[in-house]
Amino acid sequence: MIVAKRKPVNEILEMVKDAKKVLVLGCRSCVSVCSAGGEREVEILASLIRIGMKKAGKKIKVIEGSLVRQCDKEFIASIDDWKGKYDAIVSTACGVGVNFIANLREKDVVYPALNTTFMGGSEEQGIWAEQCAGCGDCVLHLTGGLCPVVRCAKSLMNGPCGGSVGGHCEIHSSVDCVWQNIHDRMDAIGQSAGMDRIAPIRDWSTSTHGGPRTEVRDDLTV
Amino acid sequence: MSFTPDIQAFCCHYTSQQAIAEAAEQLKADGMPENVTLNRVVCTGKLQEVTILKAFENGADGVFVVGCPEETCHNRKGSARAAKRVIAIKNSLEELGLGSDRAEMFHTERGFHPEFVTAAQTMNDRITAMGPAFGDSK
Repeated sequence: MIVAKRKPVNEILEMVKDAKKVLVLGCRSCVSVCSAGGEREVEILASLIRIGMKKAGKKIKVIEGSLVRQCDKEFIASIDDWKGKYDAIVSTACGVGVNFIANLREKDVVYPALNTTFMGGSEEQGIWAEQCAGCGDCVLHLTGGLCPVVRCAKSLMNGPCGGSVGGHCEIHSSVDCVWQNIHDRMDAIGQSAGMDRIAPIRDWSTSTHGGPRTEVRDDLTV
Repeated sequence: MSFTPDIQAFCCHYTSQQAIAEAAEQLKADGMPENVTLNRVVCTGKLQEVTILKAFENGADGVFVVGCPEETCHNRKGSARAAKRVIAIKNSLEELGLGSDRAEMFHTERGFHPEFVTAAQTMNDRITAMGPAFGDSK
């Protein structure tokens, strides 16, 4: 899922300081699962905005809503349900949602309530970890399913480096050396011979280095 | 200028037995400040952050939560969850400039104990000293 966390509330208050009517708009997809921007978090943020404005002696009307997703045109269109009831939208979706509102709603002012942090998974309740960089050229079939692009601090394709100590990365002792983990795992699944392969120089044009990416599926377009 | 704070208390079913069993007059005789409003919840672990925030939205100057001791919570982790949520509220209140001390978590034994009233008195003294949460804009 896309993992995010709420911005400092004062940063959000600064965004809406001149607004009279605000729609705090949640997303019931990834950011709901990571407890950053779902319906519950919308309630909390709306309340914090009201309290913050009250403290500042300002009047503001804050209404709450949420969409199934903010990354599909069909759902963005339903923002019309709140037509006339807001002069700014505070989106608690990831950056994709904020972009979609900006792309598709010419007149709407939209602000981000979250900092979108990474694509990851929940290791334990309340703890998320980055697992995928979305680099566009997956090598997980060569690395036992563990991603060296995002889980190695240097994104090495042939590791580990000399900074791997006792199975930990030199950037911090709390960070596993993923290349140690890759070697261990390739052993465990009987593919240790794969570690003799030297990965060639990588073409990063499929990643963000090649500019904004678009995926077109002719079999799905109409 | 005298100031009587509006204080909202959220107490679990077990730690608030004193409030359930005793009438308002008896509570007052025990020393419970009259400006503390008791809100009973089934378990403080069920108390959502937004419920506490709504209390401030509605004009509370201070809010406190009373739950079981963490090690002996009737619902195992209920009061521990509540304590973490109160910390989140305290952080938000500090960020908003209201002061983190306007919210507090207390853990008291179940049943009839003077600590229940003491918690209310502590908050009443603290919030009275801090003054109104919203100044004149309340």
